[in-house]
Amino acid sequence: MNPPKSNSLTFQDLILRLQTFWAERGCVLQQPYDVEVGAGTMAPETFLRVLGPKPYKVAYVQPSRRPADGRYGENPNRLFKHMQLQVILKPPPENVQELYLESLTAIGIDLRQHDIKFEEDNWEAPTLSAWGVGWQVMLDGLEITQFTYFQQCGGVDLFPISVELTYGLERIAAFLQDVDSIYDIVWARDPETGNVVKYGDVRLADELQFSVYNFEAADVEKAWKHFELCEAECKTLLEKYAALGKDDGSGDGNPHLSQSARKMGHPGNASPEKARFPLLGAYDLCLKCSHMFNILDARGAISVTERVGVIARVRALAVGIAKAWVDQQKSEASSTEKSDEAEPVGEKKSKGRKETLSPVG
Amino acid sequence: MPDFLLEIGCEEIPARMIDVASQELRERVAALLSRERLAGGEVSSFDTPRRLAVLASGIHAAQADVTEQAIGPSVNVAYKDGQPTPAAVAFARKAGVDVAQLEKVTTPKGEYLAAKVTKKGRSAAEILAESLPKEIATIYWPKNMYWRKPNERFVRPVRWLVAMLDGETIPLEVAGIRAGKTSRGHRILCGGEVAVPRAGTAYVDSLRAAKVLGRGEREHQIRKALDAATRSVSGARWREDKALLDTVVNLTEFPSAILGSFDPQFLALPEEVLVTVMRDHQKYFAVEDATGKLLPHFLAVLNTDSDPQGLIRHGNERVLRARFNDARFFWETDQKRSLLERLDSLRHVTFQKDLGSYYEKTLRVQRLCSWLSEIIKQGGMAVRPGVIHKAACLAKTDLTTELVKEFTELQGIVGGLYARVQQLDPSLPEATRFAIADTIYDHYKPESTEDAVPRSMEGAVLSIGDKADTIAGMFALGMVPSGSKDPFALRRQANGIVKIVAEKKLPLRLGDVMRDARSGYKGSEAEKKFVAEEKYEESIRTLFCERLEFYLKETHGYAYDVVNAVLAADAEDVVDALARAEAVAKARPSADFESISVAFKRMKNILKQAAESGKRIAETVDSGALTEESEKVLAEQVPRTAVAVEKQRSAKNYDAALLEIAKLRPAIDKFFDKVMVMVEDEQVRANRLALLRTLLKEFSTIADFSEIVTEGKA
Repeated sequence: MNPPKSNSLTFQDLILRLQTFWAERGCVLQQPYDVEVGAGTMAPETFLRVLGPKPYKVAYVQPSRRPADGRYGENPNRLFKHMQLQVILKPPPENVQELYLESLTAIGIDLRQHDIKFEEDNWEAPTLSAWGVGWQVMLDGLEITQFTYFQQCGGVDLFPISVELTYGLERIAAFLQDVDSIYDIVWARDPETGNVVKYGDVRLADELQFSVYNFEAADVEKAWKHFELCEAECKTLLEKYAALGKDDGSGDGNPHLSQSARKMGHPGNASPEKARFPLLGAYDLCLKCSHMFNILDARGAISVTERVGVIARVRALAVGIAKAWVDQQKSEASSTEKSDEAEPVGEKKSKGRKETLSPVG
Repeated sequence: MPDFLLEIGCEEIPARMIDVASQELRERVAALLSRERLAGGEVSSFDTPRRLAVLASGIHAAQADVTEQAIGPSVNVAYKDGQPTPAAVAFARKAGVDVAQLEKVTTPKGEYLAAKVTKKGRSAAEILAESLPKEIATIYWPKNMYWRKPNERFVRPVRWLVAMLDGETIPLEVAGIRAGKTSRGHRILCGGEVAVPRAGTAYVDSLRAAKVLGRGEREHQIRKALDAATRSVSGARWREDKALLDTVVNLTEFPSAILGSFDPQFLALPEEVLVTVMRDHQKYFAVEDATGKLLPHFLAVLNTDSDPQGLIRHGNERVLRARFNDARFFWETDQKRSLLERLDSLRHVTFQKDLGSYYEKTLRVQRLCSWLSEIIKQGGMAVRPGVIHKAACLAKTDLTTELVKEFTELQGIVGGLYARVQQLDPSLPEATRFAIADTIYDHYKPESTEDAVPRSMEGAVLSIGDKADTIAGMFALGMVPSGSKDPFALRRQANGIVKIVAEKKLPLRLGDVMRDARSGYKGSEAEKKFVAEEKYEESIRTLFCERLEFYLKETHGYAYDVVNAVLAADAEDVVDALARAEAVAKARPSADFESISVAFKRMKNILKQAAESGKRIAETVDSGALTEESEKVLAEQVPRTAVAVEKQRSAKNYDAALLEIAKLRPAIDKFFDKVMVMVEDEQVRANRLALLRTLLKEFSTIADFSEIVTEGKA
C-alpha cells in the first residue's frame, strides 16, 4: 500500500533508496559526470565501461541536458534537464528483471497493488552508434524505466553485453507523491520542522534561464566555434593515439615493447605511452561537441543539409574513441596481467570518492 | 502414444511478434514430427508474453522400425561348390544374419544374395532433444538479440525450458538451459515456479492455477471485463479496436480491466487528439455514447486480476491527465504561431537527406498540383486550384508544431484542425477556408488499402501530388523498394495514388504524373544524384503496373488473366483500365470470346515463329495478293470492324466494342480452317502475316486477348 502522501518519499529519499538498493547488490555508486550529457548513457561510466570484457556494476544519478526539450518552466511535465538514475550491470544477471522489480518494492511500491508491464522499446543513439533492445517499464500506465540490453556501443559489438536500467526520477517521484506537476515534487523535508523544499524551489530558475539561453541567447557563431575547436582537438588526439600503434608496429622508438608482447600479436600492448594516453580527455571533447550540437539545434541554427553531416561528425568521434578505448584496455590488461583487480588507468574513480579524473593532469 | 510439450520461457516478448512466432514454432514442430515419422494427434500452441509453448497429443514414442532388403554379392560369387564363399559370409555378417538366412533375389542383372535388414527406430525423446534446438534457433524475429554468446540469438533472453513426453523430461538444452518440468506463473499473482505434472491439458491447467491464461481465454476475459466495466456508465459502449485488442491480449498473462474518467473539459480538444493519446500512447479503449460521441471515460487493460484499492485506476487517470494537459498545452502553444508563419521553418525540417527540406517539397508539390488541377479541369471535372494551392502551401507546416512532434501519427490531421481554427485569411469566405482545412486534413489519406480516399477533389489532388513527389524523388535516387524492403512505404503511397485516381475517376495518366513529378526536382542539388530518365521511367512503370494489378485483383476481385490482358493493352490510365477490366470480365464467359482468345493466341504464336525464323512480313496487306476466299473475307472485314470498334472504344463503350470484335469470330474461324499461313510462296506468306499483324494490332487496344486463359486450349 502506498503511504499517505505527506509521508511519501521525498525526491532525495528516492535517490538514496535506489542507490542503497543497488549498492547492496554490488554496484559502485558513482557520482554524476561533470560534463554536459544528454543521457546517463553518455557518461563514460556507461559509454566506455560497457566496452571490452571486464565485468562492472555501477549506479549513478545523471542530470541530463536536452536543450530542445526546455519549456521555460511552464510545462508541468517537460524539462530541459532531468535526472536519471542509471544502473549498469555487466554482464546482466539471469534474474535481472526480478532484481529490478525488487528495487521498486524498495521505494515503497507494493507490486500486488499495481499494474506492471514490460512493453517493447528498443533504444538507439545514432550519435553514439549504439543500440540495444528492451522495454519501457509501465507502472499503472506510466513509463518509469527504460530497460535495455545493450548490443552495440560506439560501433563495437559488445561482449559480454550489459543491461542498462534508467529510472526516470522525476516521474517516479511525482507518481509516489501523487502530484501533477514536476515542480510540486517534494525534494527534501526537514525532519525537525517538517518544512519542505520543492523541486520548483530547487530547479525552476534553472529551467527558465536555460530555456532562454538555449532558445534565444546562445551565440550561434561562438557555439559553432566551440564545436569546431573541440572536434579538432579530439580528432588530433585520436590521430596521435593511432600513430602510437603504428610506431609500435614498425618496432622503432619503442624500447618497452617486450618480445612476448610481439609474439602475442599485440604490438605495443605493453606500451606505457598507450596506457597513459588521454582518451578520456578525447571523450570529454566529444561530449562537448554533442552538447554544442544540441544547443545549435535548439537555436534552429543547423540547416537540413548540415544536420545529418554534423551528427555523422560527432558519431565519427565517438566511434573512434570506442575503438581506441577497447585497444587501450587490451594494452592495460596485458601490462598488468598479475593483477586482475587492476582498473583501466585514469578512468576508474574509487567508490564514492572523487579523485582527479584526468590523466593529462 | 505420449503427449508432447515444449515450453520456451522467455523475458517479455514484444506483443507485436507473439502471434506470428507462436504459429511458426507450432508449424516447425508439426513438420519435425511428421518428417521424423512421429506425428500423432493434434499440434496446438499456447503462448503468453513470457512463453511460447507447443502441445502435440498422442505422438509416437519412437519411430517404427524399418525393414529394408539389402542386396549382396551375386550368387555366382557367393557360393563355390555349394559352400558360401568369404564374400557371402562377409555380407551376412554386415547384415547381421546367419548365412543360412540369406535369400536369393532375381534382378535384371542376374541372381543375387539378399538379406532383410531391420533399422531400429529412434526414440522420440532422442530425436526431439537433438532437433528442437535448431528449430527454436531459426524462428524468425523482426528484431532479435544475444545475451550469452554472440551467435546465440532469440527475441529476448530465454530463462527456462520445459520439454516433456507425458510425465518425463526430454533431455533438451537451449541457450545453456536444460529442460525440466518447472514452468513459471504470473509474475505478481503467482510469483514463483510451477510444477508441470505432465504434458497435455494438465500443463494448461497448472498454468491457469498459476494465473496464466492462453490467448483465446485472455481475449475472452478482456472482452468480458471491458463490457462489465463499461456497464457502470449508462448508455456507454467501448469503441471496438481489433489492433488494440490484439496488443493488450499479448501484453498480459492474466488480464482484467478498469474504467477510468477524465475531466470533461478535455472534450473541448479534438477527438482525433484524445483518441490518439488514449489508443496509441496509453493503449486505452475509448468510450462513446450511443451516437458515437466520445465520453469522458477510458478503459485500461491490466496485467493483474483486480484493483482492490483503486490505486491502478488513480494512477492511470493521473497519467492520462498529464498527457491531455500536455496535448492542451501543445495545442495552445501552437496557436501562438499560425501555420502561415511556420512556412519558413520548414527550411529546417528534413524531408529526405538527399532531397532537401520540406520547404522545397512544398514548392514542388504546389507546382505539381496546379498542373494536375489543370488536366483535371480540361477533363471536364470541377476542381478549385486556389484551394489546392493554399492547402499545399500549408500542408507540411504542422510538422513544426508541438502537437505533431508529440503525436507524429496526427500529421495532416493537426494541420487541418489548425487551419480550421486559425482563420488564416479572413478575406476568404468561411466555406473556402474550411475547404482548405479539409484538404490539408485529408492529404495523407488513404493510409492503407482499407482507408478511405480524401473526401474532396482538392484533397485528392493534394494527396496525389504529395505522394507522387515523394515517389519521384526516391525512385530518381534509385531507392526502389525491393522484396520486403520498403522503408519509405513507397508501395503504399503508390497504392494510394491508384486508389484515389480510380475512385475519383480522374483523367490522369500515371506515367505523365510521375514524369512531371520528377521534373519538379530540375535544377536542385538532388538532381545530381538522380539515375537516368529511362531507368527512372522503367522502374516507375514497373511499380505502377504492379500496384494497378494489385488494385484490380485485390480491391475489385478481377481474375489475374483478365488483369494481365487489360494491363498489357495499357497500364497508364487507371479509370480506363478499370472500365476495360469490367467489360472483359463480362464478355469473357461467352463462346465467341473464348474462341477469339484462342485465335489470338494462335496468331501471336505464328507471328512469333515468323519473327524467329526471319520470315518477312509485308508492310501492309495487299488485297490483290490474297488468294483464298476466306482470307479475302477476313481482310475485307478487318478494316470495317476496326472502324466500328474504334467508334465504340473512343466513346469508352467497351461492352459494345467487344461485341464488335466478337463478330469477327466466324471469319477468323474460317480463315484458320481453310488457310495455311506459313506457305512456301514468300509473297503470299508475307501478305498473310501482315493480315494477322494488322488484326492483332487493331483489336488489342482494349485488352490483349491472348493473355486470357482458355480451358484446355491454351
